[in-house]
Amino acid sequence: MTTALVSIPPWALIAVLALGTYKIGGRRVGLLTLFGLLFLWNLRLWQATVETLVLVILATCVALLIGIPLGIWFALSRRAWRTFSPVLDMMQTLPSFVYLIPALPFFGLGAVSACFATVVFSVPPVIRLTALGIRNVPTELVEASDAFGSSATQKLFKVQLPLALPTIMAGVNQTMMLALSMVVIAAMIGAGGLGRAVWQSIQRLEAGAGFEAGIGIVILAVILDRATQALAARARPHA
Amino acid sequence: MGRITLEGVSKIFGAKHAEAVALISQGKRKAEIAEACGAVVGLRDISFEVHEGEILILMGLSGSGKSTLLRCMNRLVEPTCGRILVDDVDVTKLGRKELLAFRQKTFGMVFQHFALLPNRTILGNVGFGLEIKKVPLAQRTERAMQAIELVGLKGWDAKYPHELSGGMQQRAGLARALAADADILLMDEAFSALDPLIRRDMQAELRELQQKLKKTIVFVSHDLDEAVALGGRIVLMKDGEVVQIGQPEEIVARPATDYVERFVEHIDLVSVMRVEQVVDRASPVLAPTQTVAEARARIGDAGGDAWLAADGDGRFVGRVRATRLAAAAPMETVAGLLDLDPKVVPAGTRLDAILEQVAAEGVLAVVHPDGRLIGGLTSRDVVRALATRPGGHGQTSSELSTLSKPTGAERWTGPSPNFPSTRSATKASTGSPTMAHG
Repeated sequence: MTTALVSIPPWALIAVLALGTYKIGGRRVGLLTLFGLLFLWNLRLWQATVETLVLVILATCVALLIGIPLGIWFALSRRAWRTFSPVLDMMQTLPSFVYLIPALPFFGLGAVSACFATVVFSVPPVIRLTALGIRNVPTELVEASDAFGSSATQKLFKVQLPLALPTIMAGVNQTMMLALSMVVIAAMIGAGGLGRAVWQSIQRLEAGAGFEAGIGIVILAVILDRATQALAARARPHA
Repeated sequence: MGRITLEGVSKIFGAKHAEAVALISQGKRKAEIAEACGAVVGLRDISFEVHEGEILILMGLSGSGKSTLLRCMNRLVEPTCGRILVDDVDVTKLGRKELLAFRQKTFGMVFQHFALLPNRTILGNVGFGLEIKKVPLAQRTERAMQAIELVGLKGWDAKYPHELSGGMQQRAGLARALAADADILLMDEAFSALDPLIRRDMQAELRELQQKLKKTIVFVSHDLDEAVALGGRIVLMKDGEVVQIGQPEEIVARPATDYVERFVEHIDLVSVMRVEQVVDRASPVLAPTQTVAEARARIGDAGGDAWLAADGDGRFVGRVRATRLAAAAPMETVAGLLDLDPKVVPAGTRLDAILEQVAAEGVLAVVHPDGRLIGGLTSRDVVRALATRPGGHGQTSSELSTLSKPTGAERWTGPSPNFPSTRSATKASTGSPTMAHG
């Protein structure tokens, strides 16, 4: 997937991404994306940027696929919440590169290990915020849906999830940010991208190159953050 | 006849259900049970019926269990014991699936804070119940639009709840309950969150709608004035028990306990009492065949502006002004002196509807539905009734009940220290005189 994206001319991909973020977040986010990515291309970090982006998005998608259903389960079952809440606490308090260790024996060096570690590290916020969003749906609304005879599924999909969506989107944003920070660290076990550029410049004591890659990560982080926040704002009704 | 029948419904919160239920069956009260086993009694052994097509008002202060009781009816709250029969189905025995279907088909509910989904338009909200029933979209839209029109929200269907005022949001809430086509409406403090003015409008409109739709409505309220305005039977609750059931005027006239008395203390009496409770049954009644001399003898020295006349069957025939009686020759018959256009008030009319008339006419004839004259009603009778309100300063209910059969000698002696009618009288002047006949 990375190779496919890298083989696309950078200007074309940048245009597509800028257009996409423009659609989501309006002119400011669109322009930010356009100039940020052009700048990274200019720094000759384009390949690394695409690698990082792909890894972040992939890891985030996996984290959401796992995290949202778990969040729903934790919201609806008090017992599940009590049992697994400490596990989430532990996942969030362990230093992030600890996750690199279990990944290695299973998946070896490389992107798969990096992805695995990233998912584990970034999944707690979306679980927590999904559960929180559903629990915070006003009781009267839940009662109303019960009073009209909704089944549990109808209640979930017609009332609870739509109303929890803004909170869930905040969780998506958090998860994506954590994924980005982890993808950089995962360069230590062979994830490519901007992280590797930083890692190499540390080993070779190249302050300049490290700084460039660092700026690249910041730009990418800002773009991803603004884009997902814009998504969250859209989910909020009439903010 | 009973649309909803409750038999011995209790709700225990906390542990030790069995113990608490046993204590209830021994007749122990809420406080005793809390002391004995620590369980909190939400509802204690409640039995009554809701009749087809009536508005029943569950009333009490907060914490009296009225909302819990309402929620027991559609089992949003599970009653601990007792039976709740709706159309001969015991709701408490329904399985999960049956319960959902039963709620869909039988109950509509309206909530205190409207409980509209903020992410849906009014149309989407009103159609919610139908959506749950899996009614196809086209049909759903049609029926939702009908309900929206019925509550007077036409043209607002594409708006979101936050774009509407509180009153309009609650109309939407009502429309949602109506659209689902359930014929029992459960209304939980439905108008309590609205401004007083809007609240009164909504009460009037609910009454109007009810006359059209003939739903069975159970309405929770803490406001006695609201209960009176809605005009249904009242179930008064305290500490999870039913204290008294009855029409507002019965409760005001004969409060069962001190609690009820305190509850009704500040009620707007003119809006509750009916003319039959106030009417002067002892004032002399003339016959059209009497001569003026006979009439004068009959009246004696009783004072008044006008006298009522009834025929041999007790039917009201007309009214004679005191001035005309005084001016007439002794041998004329009363029949010749009668006003041509006598004002008649049915016995069941509420006082506030006739205040203006009684002030203008001096004396009104109060009649049974069959036309028989019960007696005359003067502004003096009204003032006396309002001055001797129950509970206010030591009058007992038995003293009040004498109001309905006062003796001719009984006279109003002066305003009571906490004269309650000034506020009511000014307010009631908006009541249209035509209502007295309706």
